[in-house]
Amino acid sequence: MEKLIEDFSLGLFVWQLVLFVGLVLLLRKFAWKPILGAVEKREESIQGALDSAEQAKKEMENLQADNQRLLHEAKMEREAMLKDARDLKNKMIEDAKGEAQDQANKIIEQAQATIESEKKAAISELKAQVAGLSIEIAEKVVREELSNKDKQEKLVDTMLGEAKLN
Amino acid sequence: MRLKIALKTLTLLLFFTNFISFAQEHHAEGENTTDKRTEIKEYIQHHLQDSYDFGLFSYETEAGEQKHVGFPLPVILWDSGLKVFSSSKFHHGEEVAEVDGNFYKVHHGKIYKVDGPEGEIVLDEEHHAANDKPLDFSITKNVFTVIIVGLLILLLFSSMAKSYKKSSMPTGAGRFLEPIVLYVRDEIAIPNIGKKHYKRYMSYLLTIFFFIWIINLLGLTPLGVNVTNNIAVTFALALLTYLITTFTANKNYWGHIFWMPGVPWPMKIILAPIELLGTFIKPFSLLIRLYANITAGHIVLMSIIGLMFIFKNWIGSSLSFGLAFVLSLLELLVAALQAYIFTMLSALYFGSAVEEHHDDH
Repeated sequence: MEKLIEDFSLGLFVWQLVLFVGLVLLLRKFAWKPILGAVEKREESIQGALDSAEQAKKEMENLQADNQRLLHEAKMEREAMLKDARDLKNKMIEDAKGEAQDQANKIIEQAQATIESEKKAAISELKAQVAGLSIEIAEKVVREELSNKDKQEKLVDTMLGEAKLN
Repeated sequence: MRLKIALKTLTLLLFFTNFISFAQEHHAEGENTTDKRTEIKEYIQHHLQDSYDFGLFSYETEAGEQKHVGFPLPVILWDSGLKVFSSSKFHHGEEVAEVDGNFYKVHHGKIYKVDGPEGEIVLDEEHHAANDKPLDFSITKNVFTVIIVGLLILLLFSSMAKSYKKSSMPTGAGRFLEPIVLYVRDEIAIPNIGKKHYKRYMSYLLTIFFFIWIINLLGLTPLGVNVTNNIAVTFALALLTYLITTFTANKNYWGHIFWMPGVPWPMKIILAPIELLGTFIKPFSLLIRLYANITAGHIVLMSIIGLMFIFKNWIGSSLSFGLAFVLSLLELLVAALQAYIFTMLSALYFGSAVEEHHDDH
């Protein structure tokens, strides 16, 4: 210990103190501040780049999800539209069918009515002709009958008899 | 933590085994090798000490003359007036330097004032020099190394800072240094101090980490510089940690020192001086830890290298060479580890100084 104290050199101590403090101050100004500043700036920029990459990735994912959703929606819409169209088509066919049926029924009905009226007309005409013919025949028969006096009386009697009976 | 303890034990073990082997051989062998040993011991001692010139290596010429290769550094003394002169005047501590009519001599790595050109150091009973000591602010080898390392760090990191202006990625040396800077921030500063306050301390923590690390690494080079094994250097660093802790501490920190919450009041009175002492002991442990680890590492490494010259046979020398190589690798780790520990513990103390109040105790 004594030897240590004896060996202690004040000059060296003072020089070391002064030089080292000077070195610290000089280095702080010319080296450490710029170096640490630059390193920190670089680290920040790396962190920033990483963050923005992460952000971009997230946005990309969102976008993709959106796309997926849109695509899905579009598909649904298309399907709905197709369904509507199909329904409409079916309905139209159905409607058309119904109308045609109605129309046909109507036509058939009309035809039947016409046939009926024609038939009636024909029957009445037939009746008229039959009546005419009957009258003619009756006229002829009556003429023949009334050609003798007996017969005329007899007829009147019969007729009267009949009328009374009625 | 376990690694640290293991390393320390290993270092200590090597240190002691070395001493023991030295001591044993001392008795067994003759005078010739003892000289060699003293020489090596002195050389290590010399290496661990600061010096006034930057010596790279020295050798002995055929004429028996000692040649030193290196360059002198300025000596700055305050001895009733500023005295500045080149350390070459000392001729590696062998001669007396004359400056403005005053005479100075180097004795055990310190400058003393002597009476005249032929003046000698007067020793007292305890073999301490009794001469006057002028205030010494010389640019010694260590100060010079600190300046060089400071400039190196400044150059390295200001150029790294500039490279960020061109692009947000570092270029050149920054590629290697940036992960270390980030490590200090993310693994040392933020976990210990907390996200809220750590920015205030980053300059100090980063500087101290790179300073200790680089200067420790430089100590492992053959240049023979050895800064962090000076107690003055580690003391200055620990003092800064202490001052920063003390002056940035919040009410909660002082509350825990002087009036520990959650204990009965007699205990509070007993705890207060202990806690106060703790605030000094913590940075003190920092300075001792760094000093002791680096010093021990250097002593062990140099002793093992020195063993090569003592053994002088191919088995022993190659064994010590292998050991020195392995130990160098270990020291490489220790250099970084000590920087890490110093920074880590500083951050821990800062963290306790700015810790917010918790109700959970």
